[in-house]
Amino acid sequence: MDGGSTAVWYLMRSTGVVSVVLLTGVMALGIATTNRWAPPSTPRFVTAALHRSISLLSVVFVGIHVVTAVVDPYAAVGVVAVVVPFVGAGNPLWVGLGAVSLDLIAALIVSSLLRRYVGYRAWRAIHWLAYMSWPLALAHGLGMGTDASSLWFPLIAIACIATVSAALAWRLSRRHHGKRLEPHVLRAAL
Amino acid sequence: MSALLEEYATRRPVYARLLHGDGGPTLAEHVARYGPLPPVARSTAEMLRVIEASGLTGRGGAGFPSAAKLRSVSRGSRAVVVANGVEGEPASAKDEVLMIRNPHLVLDGVEAAAAVVGAGESYVAVAGESHAVVAALEAASMERADRHPVEIVRVPDRFVSGEESALVRWLNDGRAAPTGRRPFERGVHGRPTLVQNVETLAHLALIVRYGAAWFRSAGTADEPGTALATVLGAVRTPGVVELEIGTTLGEAFDRCGGLTERIQAILVGGYFGTWIAPDLEVALSNEALRPRGASPGARTIVAFPRSVCGLAETARVARYMAGESAGQCGPCVFGLAALADALEVAAQCRGSQDDELDRISQLHAQIARRGACAHPDGTLGFVASALDVFSSEVDAHRSGHCTATRHAPVLRT
Amino acid sequence: MSTHLDVDPRLCDAYGYCAELLPEAIALDEWGYPVIDPGPLSDDVLADARRAASACPMLALRLRKG
Repeated sequence: MDGGSTAVWYLMRSTGVVSVVLLTGVMALGIATTNRWAPPSTPRFVTAALHRSISLLSVVFVGIHVVTAVVDPYAAVGVVAVVVPFVGAGNPLWVGLGAVSLDLIAALIVSSLLRRYVGYRAWRAIHWLAYMSWPLALAHGLGMGTDASSLWFPLIAIACIATVSAALAWRLSRRHHGKRLEPHVLRAAL
Repeated sequence: MSALLEEYATRRPVYARLLHGDGGPTLAEHVARYGPLPPVARSTAEMLRVIEASGLTGRGGAGFPSAAKLRSVSRGSRAVVVANGVEGEPASAKDEVLMIRNPHLVLDGVEAAAAVVGAGESYVAVAGESHAVVAALEAASMERADRHPVEIVRVPDRFVSGEESALVRWLNDGRAAPTGRRPFERGVHGRPTLVQNVETLAHLALIVRYGAAWFRSAGTADEPGTALATVLGAVRTPGVVELEIGTTLGEAFDRCGGLTERIQAILVGGYFGTWIAPDLEVALSNEALRPRGASPGARTIVAFPRSVCGLAETARVARYMAGESAGQCGPCVFGLAALADALEVAAQCRGSQDDELDRISQLHAQIARRGACAHPDGTLGFVASALDVFSSEVDAHRSGHCTATRHAPVLRT
Repeated sequence: MSTHLDVDPRLCDAYGYCAELLPEAIALDEWGYPVIDPGPLSDDVLADARRAASACPMLALRLRKG
């Protein structure tokens, strides 16, 4: 796609890349939080607080990315296509994946800020669903950034995938063992 | 005057209000014995007064005044009645025996309670594996098909299933785990719910027939009536007996054929209960037991023989209780498991046990009052009283030997 | 009107943030679950107490008036 060389277009691309990197950080920190991990001599709430801060930071970058995509004349992304996936003219599939990712992130942020009112169960369900926002954002980035001469984004994507994969592998190898509702209280026990 | 009433007028001691005959009476036989259940619906306020005057308290273990419970549920609308016949405690059999031998009386009680609280929906909850109980209730229920509808519900046959809030939760979402909330305001389907032990309801069914004065003609002034007790251990014919409240432990053992050997302790109130010294003159009442740090509970009484190791039995039950945790609260799940570990070590004759006893005290402080239900605290009381009553056994194990002469398990798990 | 801290033991999953944020009133038992001082919270820790309650991933820690 010939994007021209406007500042807006560059801002859109750069904030997109930064968003993906930040979201990768959010994923890794989220996994670390679940596993009760913290760097040595650091209280564990710091990991959770970092997870939260970086997710809010990523919202800023995603926000700028989305706004510039709508504003930029060459990107041709309508306002509707930003939140409703797979409508709109140019690149409906790849933009659509971004839209789904954005929707999930929005749901996540809103439900987290209003957690006390949403309740733990609903919040947790949305949080699980929102895990999908990361691979969708990556796919969106890879699909949109089709510049034959540039390999740097695919390389960044590989680094992001490697990071989250490593975090997941680490999590599975060192599962935190807490309490669990005993099977003998469930219907299956009858 | 019915046969039963005449029996009471002439006979002492009174011990056949609930338990008599071999069981499985037809509805006609039941009505012939007790008289018909009078209609309650027109005069619920009067009924509440009668129940209050009778002094009936819950027979499920907590001993809560029944009139107060009924009154608080009757204030709501569209109430639900749940008859608790689950009897999750493995050593207790009184509810099972009652439901098999007198199912119509239990169902009468459900009907009367439902009329008093204005309930359109009633359940009788029983342990799923008690086929005889289910059969007896279903047979009785079929004879009463034209009366107040009662649904018989099966729950997992585990310790926690009979807990009041766990039972309500089971009916709501299929998980028999305690919620720590009392169901009288919001229970089954969010409605005011009366959860009452089946024995309490059976007594209720007789009170609405014969009145408060009749109920009070047995028992003591402060604790009137009769109660069912499960008597186990070193007695000739262990089983369920109906006792006037105020009966001594010795008399209870005599009703079961007498003691078969010397006993070293008595467990009062099952696995949430208290071990006390073997004093046969102690009455099975709150008044007599409270000064000894005990309470009747659901009246599971074990005459613990001299020949068996009290420490080993305590460790075995503690392990069972740890395994029966619902798994909701960390201090219960991990604390009771650690407590069982420490007791098992103490039960071995390995010489110095000081570390284990310190460990047990430390665990006690970490577990007490930190769960959502009575399970961890009940177990702590059982263990603490055991270590007190079996202190000489603890000393013996410390010196590397055990005074037991046989190793047959006494306490059922 | 004093403020107290309560934890719902069914919800608590031993993350331990509360004890890190409010060591004056909360300690952890050997399994990582909070042991909470039952007394009223002093005014200088109230802000930290609110922070601790909102930091709980399970929303198990609550402030109670009275």
